[in-house]
Amino acid sequence: MKEFKVTPIRNGTVIDHIQVGTALKVLRIIGVKEDVSSTVSVLMHVPSKKAGWKDIVKIEDRELDPKELDKIALISPDATINIIRDFNVAEKFVVEVPQKIVGIMKCANPGCITNKNEPVEPEFVVESKKPITLRCIYCDRITTDISENVI
Amino acid sequence: MDIVSIRDFSRAQIEHVLDVAERMLPVAKGDEKSKLLDGKVLGSLFYEPSTRTRLSFEAAMARLGGKSLGFDEPKGSSVAKGETLADTIRMVDAYCDAIVLRHPQEGAARLAGHFAAKPVLNAGDGAGQHPTQTMLDLFTIRKSKGKIDGNHVVIVGDLKYGRTVHSLSEALAMFGAQLTFVAPPTLQMPKEHLKHIQSMGIKPKSGTDLTEAVKDADVLYVTRIQKERFPDPAEYQKVAGAFKIDPALLKDAKKDMIIMHPLPRVNEISPEVDKTPNAKYFEQAFNGVPVRMALLAMVLGAVE
Ligand SMILES: Nc1ncnc2c1ncn2[C@@H]1O[C@H](COP(=O)(O)OP(=O)(O)OP(=O)(O)O)[C@@H](O)[C@H]1O
Ligand SMILES: [Mg+2]
Ligand SMILES: [Zn+2]
Repeated sequence: MKEFKVTPIRNGTVIDHIQVGTALKVLRIIGVKEDVSSTVSVLMHVPSKKAGWKDIVKIEDRELDPKELDKIALISPDATINIIRDFNVAEKFVVEVPQKIVGIMKCANPGCITNKNEPVEPEFVVESKKPITLRCIYCDRITTDISENVI
Repeated sequence: MDIVSIRDFSRAQIEHVLDVAERMLPVAKGDEKSKLLDGKVLGSLFYEPSTRTRLSFEAAMARLGGKSLGFDEPKGSSVAKGETLADTIRMVDAYCDAIVLRHPQEGAARLAGHFAAKPVLNAGDGAGQHPTQTMLDLFTIRKSKGKIDGNHVVIVGDLKYGRTVHSLSEALAMFGAQLTFVAPPTLQMPKEHLKHIQSMGIKPKSGTDLTEAVKDADVLYVTRIQKERFPDPAEYQKVAGAFKIDPALLKDAKKDMIIMHPLPRVNEISPEVDKTPNAKYFEQAFNGVPVRMALLAMVLGAVE
């Protein structure tokens, strides 16, 4: 237990192996703001056995929904989700970039019809997973700047 | 079936459209009459002004015995009152058998296609796609040259912002034409687009010297350079001069080189060029009719 820099949690989620520097974006995606009502710890720039440096986010009493997981996958494709139950890792999986991205990102093209108040969810096809490259199915514009456009 | 982007078409499919357009020629010229689309109604929604595209779509519909209705500017319509494109499309979808759409926003035609049960034809969406223009350009090249592949096509003008040249160069690459891009340094073909063309196995040349490029051209495709792209009027004058097509430029060109322009032109091509056998831009504008007849007949199921 000596590797813990924060108090262990009984139930909740540990998002591990977050791409270093993106923890704050992960917090935004999962909607952690000033009014948060459960304990959240954020570790930034910690050494990683796997690759250099990483960030970690630990949230008590919360499990993530599929849309949140998809969004995390987009900005940090190697993030590991650990579901903690009764202080133990009950489930562990790596997030996965979905084939189709629907309604979780807006198109980076300001001239795109999806940015104009039409009753549609923005939709993208994944052209490449590394680096993440998305193509808007409406205007065809390629977006690589993912975190700027996550809704 | 929607006609949204030239990228949705294979080479064989484009060739088929051009074949059908060829058969439409006598009717397009008014030499023969047709009732192919008798009783069919085309909804013609132009959210942006366009003379050639709108008139040739409506002429195509009329030549085949069908009718068109719609607007050529959204002022005064429900659109001006803030109706979404989706709602306008749902309404027009109920009144018509096919919808042609020109819209300032990119991706508008794809969106319209999602809300319409009837076929949607993209007549230009902002800086995006304008597939029927590309098809009539290809039709014009094939008609004059007998084929598309193997031709050396020099494209000159505003290659950075010009939507016509992006779709056209992609299609030409797919057909295996040789490509040269000539533009002022600030209006060169975007790198992304060049890469895309290279990925299709074509090695396009890029440059700023029109005189040199023209010597070996089979097709010279000219587009307008807009004054607004140049903050300095003197700079614009210089560029406009260097990229002007006049009889002197044609001296070193192949005798059978054809000159094309999507029109309207301002002064990129001097009027003296109009009467040369090289000038094909008016025929090209006419070709919009048979090509759009072919597409309308196809999406409405009147021909295979
Ligand atoms: N009860 C807990 N409270 C807080 N954090 C925990 C708790 N249990 C595990 N963790 C954290 O969850 C992450 C995954 O734990 P695990 O024991 O599976 O580590 P690991 O074997 O290094 O996993 P990995 O191979 O995914 O790196 C680690 O960052 C660990 O610190
Ligand atoms: Mg570990
Ligand atoms: Zn878009």
